[in-house]
Amino acid sequence: MTDTTAAPQATSRRRSLPLHVLGPVLALIALIVLGAMLNSNFLSYANVTNVLARSAFIGIIAVGMTFVITGGGIDLSVGSMAAFIAGVMIMAMNALIPTLGIGVPLVLAGMGVALLTGLAAGMLNGFLIAKVRIEAFIVTLGAMGVYRSLTTWLADGGTLSLDFDARTFYRPVYYDGILGIAWPIIVFALVAILGELAMRKTPFGRHCASLGANEQVAKYSAVKVDRVRMGTYVLLGVLVGVATIMYVPRLGSASGSTGVLWELEAIAAVIIGGTLLKGGFGRVWGTVIGVLILSLIDNILNLASIVSPYLNGTIQGVIVILAVVLQRQGKSAE
Amino acid sequence: MQRRTILKGAALGLALASGPALAQEDTMTIGVAIPSATHGFMGGLNYHAQASIERLEETYPQLDFVLATAGDAGTMVNDIEDMVATRGIDALVVLPFESEPLTGPVQSVKEQGIWVTVVDRGLSVEGIEDLYVAGDNPGFGRVAGEYFAETLSEGDNIVVLRGIPTTLDNERVEAFQAAIEGSGINVLDMQHGNWNRDDAFNVMQDFLSKYEDIDAVWAADDDMAIGALEAISQAGRNEEMWVVGGAGMKQIIKRMMEGDPMLPVNVTYPPAQIATAIELTALGLVSPTPVSGRFIIGSQIITQENAEQFYFPDSPF
Repeated sequence: MTDTTAAPQATSRRRSLPLHVLGPVLALIALIVLGAMLNSNFLSYANVTNVLARSAFIGIIAVGMTFVITGGGIDLSVGSMAAFIAGVMIMAMNALIPTLGIGVPLVLAGMGVALLTGLAAGMLNGFLIAKVRIEAFIVTLGAMGVYRSLTTWLADGGTLSLDFDARTFYRPVYYDGILGIAWPIIVFALVAILGELAMRKTPFGRHCASLGANEQVAKYSAVKVDRVRMGTYVLLGVLVGVATIMYVPRLGSASGSTGVLWELEAIAAVIIGGTLLKGGFGRVWGTVIGVLILSLIDNILNLASIVSPYLNGTIQGVIVILAVVLQRQGKSAE
Repeated sequence: MQRRTILKGAALGLALASGPALAQEDTMTIGVAIPSATHGFMGGLNYHAQASIERLEETYPQLDFVLATAGDAGTMVNDIEDMVATRGIDALVVLPFESEPLTGPVQSVKEQGIWVTVVDRGLSVEGIEDLYVAGDNPGFGRVAGEYFAETLSEGDNIVVLRGIPTTLDNERVEAFQAAIEGSGINVLDMQHGNWNRDDAFNVMQDFLSKYEDIDAVWAADDDMAIGALEAISQAGRNEEMWVVGGAGMKQIIKRMMEGDPMLPVNVTYPPAQIATAIELTALGLVSPTPVSGRFIIGSQIITQENAEQFYFPDSPF
């Protein structure tokens, strides 16, 4: 099924597919069983909705990150970028209230600002990496510092808050939904499905994988390497914008501490899901599993309080490593 | 860490560039080293530091200020060394990022005959600083705890959101627990919300799934209170419980002034304490007024009646 994206490894992958692929799924199932045993409310509608809606921000970003990493890149700036986009979006919406009034046009304008800012930020990263040819790690590390401090500066060291009435109008975008499914979950699901299709069925997905596997070979195979690489960062930038659109209505504010460490959570989710950190192979649905594993760990630790909260970080770390160990054992059987 | 170092460089560069090019002979310089504005409280602290520096520069033309903000303890040490070496400061006002790593460097500043004012977090060796200005952490927990003990009755259930695991957080929580001891209040759970809105929102959502009956929340910080309030209203349980935050964030104080039933009281822990420290240090330099010793700013309880006195619309916090 994924063979088209990595033809040279096809035979060995097919043999090891079950264990390799099942690792993260097994870890997820184990977590769900553990959660259900520890607390009867774990599988309740409210808790499931909470966890899925909370996962949506990192999840939407992680889908974009899957393409960047598959293409052999990395983006450390997404957490700060989300904070920056949220800040710009809030300021733009506050400034537009006198002209547009409070209503659908204002919210649409805010969403447009968020998407455009994300697009611009992604293009800038992509341009510096693909055209100017600076290491992705350095470009995005720099961008991470820039966006974080710009956010703090915009907020004057404090918090940017959306106008109270505008917030009340916008709030349902996070808290409501259709047929009892909250909007962030719907958007996350759509992004994941489209991402999965793009990765498997479109030339863009195949080109990402061949770029990540071997840039020279990709170039000689008539893949427009620069354009594909730039495309992955632009896609990620836009998806950070989408995540921000879902994030802002939740608390209606942004500050220097918004989105701290989201980049690492997104990268961790991608790797847990089976995408290779060195590029060449990506699995979007695996990323979704990775995101769910990360949020469930937090949720279970809060619901169970079996250990000292000081140790939460240790437990998270051990589970993340275990999930990847399960996966790698499958691979070493190759 | 790497990122913060870069940022600090820029901040220090700006601070140095903004100083006057030609200092007069009798000019005295005060160095101010504080953590950078990474969350609401520190944002407020940065605001008050800058505001008091502006005010003092106008009042006392003979005073110069160097302000450096640091994202970690190592950077703060570098900042302080630079201030002593390149600016020849006469007094240092420092809010130590962490007590242990800053103790040695601040001690060596003191040994060079420079006035030292320590703010908020004490050093690990006593007697280094000339002046110590701080908020009252045990008092912060105690005042909140006393309100819970008076207001709730035996058998009522509460949950607690804690800050980033630090000595400061432990002091507050221990004083809170001591204050509610014997009142029969059940503390159902305590988890770290890290003084962060998003973390507090997630933790509160999970508390609400886990416990059927919660009567009150000690959020211990106004950023966390905002996250918790949002989670409570999402669950539609506004009527069941109230929330006590802390530190007097302007949005929270505003809601209290409007009489929000979910926010009965708040406890102060003023970020403006940095202004107290800078003003007193300046006063000591320009006049014979004695300012050495300890200045502990009490934690007061804010209610709807007196909320207006604690409302600073211009501060970012």
